[in-house]
Amino acid sequence: MSTPQTAVPLQARKGRDQNLVRLFVMLLLVFALMTALRPGQFPTLANFGSMMRQFPEYGIMAIGISLTMITGGIDLGVVGTANLSAILAAKFLIGYVPQGAPPHVVVPYLVAAVLIALATGAACGYVAGILISRFNIPAILATLGTQQLYTGIAVGITSGRPQSRLPLLYSRIGNTELFDFFPLSFMLFVVIALGIGFMLSRSRFGTHMYLYGTNPKAARYAGLNTGSILRRAYLLSGLLSSVAGLIMMARANSAKAEYGAPYTLQCVLIAVLGGIDPNGGFGKIAGVTLAILILQFLSSGLNMFNQVSNFYRDVIWGGVLILVLVFNLLLSARAERRALRKREAA
Amino acid sequence: MITTRRLLGRSEPWVFAAILVLSLLIQVQSGQFYTGNNLVDLVRAMIVPGLLSVGCMMVIVSGGIDVSFTAIAALAMYVTDRILLSSQYGGNVLLAYAMSAGFGLLMGALNGVLIAFLRLPTLVVTLGTASLYTGLMFGAFAASASDVPPALHAHGKETLFTAVNPQLGLTSNMPSQVLILVGVFVLGFLLLRYTMLGRGIYAIGGDEAAAERAGFAVPGIKMFLYCLVGVLAGITGISRISMLEYADPSTFLGMELTVIAAVVLGGTRVTGGVGTLTGTALGIALMIILANSLILIGIPTYWARFFTGAVIIIGTGVTARQITTKRRLERVPSRKEAQAP
Repeated sequence: MSTPQTAVPLQARKGRDQNLVRLFVMLLLVFALMTALRPGQFPTLANFGSMMRQFPEYGIMAIGISLTMITGGIDLGVVGTANLSAILAAKFLIGYVPQGAPPHVVVPYLVAAVLIALATGAACGYVAGILISRFNIPAILATLGTQQLYTGIAVGITSGRPQSRLPLLYSRIGNTELFDFFPLSFMLFVVIALGIGFMLSRSRFGTHMYLYGTNPKAARYAGLNTGSILRRAYLLSGLLSSVAGLIMMARANSAKAEYGAPYTLQCVLIAVLGGIDPNGGFGKIAGVTLAILILQFLSSGLNMFNQVSNFYRDVIWGGVLILVLVFNLLLSARAERRALRKREAA
Repeated sequence: MITTRRLLGRSEPWVFAAILVLSLLIQVQSGQFYTGNNLVDLVRAMIVPGLLSVGCMMVIVSGGIDVSFTAIAALAMYVTDRILLSSQYGGNVLLAYAMSAGFGLLMGALNGVLIAFLRLPTLVVTLGTASLYTGLMFGAFAASASDVPPALHAHGKETLFTAVNPQLGLTSNMPSQVLILVGVFVLGFLLLRYTMLGRGIYAIGGDEAAAERAGFAVPGIKMFLYCLVGVLAGITGISRISMLEYADPSTFLGMELTVIAAVVLGGTRVTGGVGTLTGTALGIALMIILANSLILIGIPTYWARFFTGAVIIIGTGVTARQITTKRRLERVPSRKEAQAP
């Protein structure tokens, strides 16, 4: 399973670790800035508690998108997948759980609902993977299509109405807090981030994903089953999206086709900010996690200014995305120049 | 001469056939398709997505993708509208078009610089600028539905002719904006067919490195394309609010997907290099008929989005499949040659 292969050459690795350092410095700067501007509100336990409840849902989706971006693709269908999974689970719970049943009767239904959601998410991702690997549809269009399709199914079967009146036990379990502080969703995020990070850096599948993302043709000639790599990557992305959907359902105590619409862009932004190369082959989950924290600090901090309209967040996300792209470009150009100079000197 | 086999290998005849079948189906089901007013209504609904599709098609032919043109259209028309309203402008509608096209040009130029000169990935850039422009509109300009200047009211009321449905007594007006649509399509057709710039757009989409070697100014052409998308989006914005007779900032939300789907459905290859405006026009017609006729054949509107998604997937899937099979067919003779002694 864990053959000690290195997907990324040593030189590039060093560069990427610098990227992690940069992100960490950025995180500290944002933290310091917000603390300086709102000393009474930002560095408080209450704020950290609320931030830990907010970021796991989009953070888990961002990890899913990152996986597909490492293979050189993109999954724009994560939000549709999350909502469709949650809606099917909610429909099952609303339709089958007897009213006012005691907890021990409800629990098996909850387990079944979670399994339904996870299976839906995996199937949604697998379908996208098949469209991309078998039918050769570019990932952008295939997943723009699946996003419409899944959201369309979700709107269609619910007539656009929210699915509420879930059994109380679901949101009670979903909102439990370890040591009265760490929400279940946060724990899930930590487990997933560690698991996926480990998978990417230590497992054969992870190495294959990097290989495919760096050069699909070379990966095929190296004898890898490239279709299978893609399908598994998108399946994982769908599965993670359904986990995010279950978390959203617990937080809102309902499921709706329109939840989390701005998350798609936010997740792409997080992935790019976190050092995932949109052309594939580069990036680490540690970077993505730092990017998630930076965005959450920014967003929670901005919330403490009443005069800043929510819509400015769109401006900031869009602006930051473009600035990060340009900044990364300048950095890689500088690295290239340096390498060239070194070669000339040698 | 175009042989039958070659014709069937293209998307346009199939889309045309799909339109025919669909329209006959609706005609049989409701008896309301081939009526003057329904046809005029359909053309009316095609104006805005049709105007947007020309720029979108050219960008896809060049191998890129743009998802920000609806955001550009919305912001350009909204800023123009506010400026004209606050200055109590009473003159011609041409100034509105020029201003909006100018704002569109600026916004398109930002995309162009990032994509053409900095070589950043088109999807990520345009997702970013779309968010930027939408956020600016709702944040900085606190946009909400507002009135339009009198010139635009008058412009919106201009009708070429009126179609009457004798059975139901319904009337539909053919708006004058349809002339802009026709003009843009003709100019686009001439540009792609008869100019070196047009050949360059196809060349870049076919193979960027080869286009550069062949002497095309690749960054310049790309810059032109994204600016053109911006200008067309600005013009579309004014046409839209004139026809609505009020400026609704959210009127374009989500339309980019319909337009992209229509362009791809019309046979434009998403990997670049192949596509015709005829196909794009047919694609737009199919999408609009599909969206406007769901009710006529008894499908609730909740399912509209599902159909958009299904059409994108089936349309792109069929085109992508065609390319792969064609490549496989092309490869056969060379393999035989290799086996020959």
